[in-house]
Amino acid sequence: MAVIRDVMPAFELFQPGSIDDAVSLLTQNGSDAWVLAGGLDSFDWMKDRIKRPKVVVDLSQIKELTGVRDWNGGLEIGAMTTLTNVVRHPDVIAKFKILSQAAEAAASPQIRNQGTIGGNVSQDTRCWYYRSGFDCYRAGGITCFADTPTAINREHAILGADRCVAVSPSDSAPAFVALDAKMVIRSARGERVVDAENYFIGPAYDITRMTILQPGELLTAIRIPATWANTEFYFEKVRDRPVWDFPLINVASAKVVTGGKIDRIRLVLNGVAAHPWRLSQVEEAVTGKPVNEETAEMAGKMAIEGAVPLRYNGYKVLLMRNLVKRAIRGGDSKEAA
Amino acid sequence: MNIIQWAISPWGQRVPIHIAWDLLWVSAIAGLLFLIVHAIYVGYWAKPEHEPSVANDPKLAAEAARLPEHIKRHSFGARMFHWIMAGSMMVLLFTAFLPKIGYRFAWVKIHWIAGIVLVISVLYHIIHTTFVLDFWSIWPNKQDIQDASYRLDRAMGKRAPEPRKFGKYPLENKMFHMAVMAAGLSVILTGIFMLSRVRTPFFTRNPYLFGFGDQTWGVMYVLHGLGGVAFIALVMTHIYFAIRPEKFFLTKSMIFGWITREKYLGHHDPELWPVPENGDGSVPAKSPEVVT
Repeated sequence: MAVIRDVMPAFELFQPGSIDDAVSLLTQNGSDAWVLAGGLDSFDWMKDRIKRPKVVVDLSQIKELTGVRDWNGGLEIGAMTTLTNVVRHPDVIAKFKILSQAAEAAASPQIRNQGTIGGNVSQDTRCWYYRSGFDCYRAGGITCFADTPTAINREHAILGADRCVAVSPSDSAPAFVALDAKMVIRSARGERVVDAENYFIGPAYDITRMTILQPGELLTAIRIPATWANTEFYFEKVRDRPVWDFPLINVASAKVVTGGKIDRIRLVLNGVAAHPWRLSQVEEAVTGKPVNEETAEMAGKMAIEGAVPLRYNGYKVLLMRNLVKRAIRGGDSKEAA
Repeated sequence: MNIIQWAISPWGQRVPIHIAWDLLWVSAIAGLLFLIVHAIYVGYWAKPEHEPSVANDPKLAAEAARLPEHIKRHSFGARMFHWIMAGSMMVLLFTAFLPKIGYRFAWVKIHWIAGIVLVISVLYHIIHTTFVLDFWSIWPNKQDIQDASYRLDRAMGKRAPEPRKFGKYPLENKMFHMAVMAAGLSVILTGIFMLSRVRTPFFTRNPYLFGFGDQTWGVMYVLHGLGGVAFIALVMTHIYFAIRPEKFFLTKSMIFGWITREKYLGHHDPELWPVPENGDGSVPAKSPEVVT
């Protein structure tokens, strides 16, 4: 019998008015609970009957989760702030333009009006084997259907694969890692703050999750320190069509250049692994080097070391190399399709 | 509680995928209960074992006179195997089960590397025991079974002949070895095939490599898991016996290689475990016809 996919399945809906109430509900219901932010990832899962939460905790009524505020010279962005508000906020544009560019690269204007920054960073992977309901590794099974000799895996990982080859589809995630952002997480045990780089996890660490969020935990805000404010940014997203598409690969970098030489840099790609892929060794290698073609070439070559392409995504290796070269060269951020 | 986790294959078949991970607690609790019951039994009910004195037994005294103070029980190779296997086993257990109880880390690579170490050490062990050591000395025989029934009868207060002393290995060692072998073969054989499903230098990753279906793979994962959880209880009991005072001389022999002459004569039957005059009981004694 065909599954009816155009209506929502039944669940118990809660709309708490405060973070404390939300955390309390998440704690009570543990892994039966589903956190609903903008709903753009959630509703697909639920209507397709792939995820069947008993309890949905809708965060839309929690005012303290929205807004962009000053934070020690940097910014604190509430997790429920819409992507549109992040894109347009004057402080974001003034201090961290890369974040505005990255958020604007996500999806379409309508989706950015509804989608939240917390949802964008915490969304699940787009691997269609997984999203089609196959009991793959990520779904708790024992097979990666995307990594077989006959699999269609053009969008999948070339780095950091460990049984699962799914990638993170977030546009804002690499920008946050490049900006050394801190993720604020609340649970019944209190608040903890983790580096954005450690917020995202690969399958080697936990094959069923994209982030470190455990049942009962809630991402409440993202703090961006002033460290990288107004530095030289570069963001570029390559996708199949100009709007409303996930990245094949995107790159985000923040660098400080003095006298033509790179003083410090953070360089991050997404779409190549299950989590934003920071190129720490490349960063180290190019620090102190002049911003020129030779440095860019070296960085590009280093970046792809260890890449293991699947049957249909060999193009990602060259694409990654070239995006890194362009990030080192700098200039205006681009969008490619 | 379910024993097996099931999933639906892409072809709509219901297939096993794992054991229920709660079984690791079942194994741990079963192991712990065994230790507690055994410790209480030995502490309160069991008759204390008395070691035969060499001085009071002319036959033992004659044996003692021809033997050195230290009797070599395990060769260097056997000890190295034991500790390498033990190390790899501990790594395998921790990497397999710590993530299941909430300690997250990148465990797969460490796990398969430890698995390779285990496979190599077991291959060495098979060759070493087959061609150098006494292969049959670790296998239970009719005499062991008969002696075990005598011991049980005597423990229950019934009349029974006095059982013989052990050969090189007591029956419990032999039984433990068999259990380890069964669980070990289960995890090793399935683990070798499972290597084709992760990235290693040995295989190009391919779940269809051996032509197994989802059902077969599922059974393989279940066997791997069952062997793994069995090892929790087995390792617990092994360590428990290794640190018990009355068995500690055997543990020391796995470190230093020897037991004292008194322990040899007190606990082992020189006919079943003959030791030559140089005291090297780690390898089978040569038969008189061979000695020239």
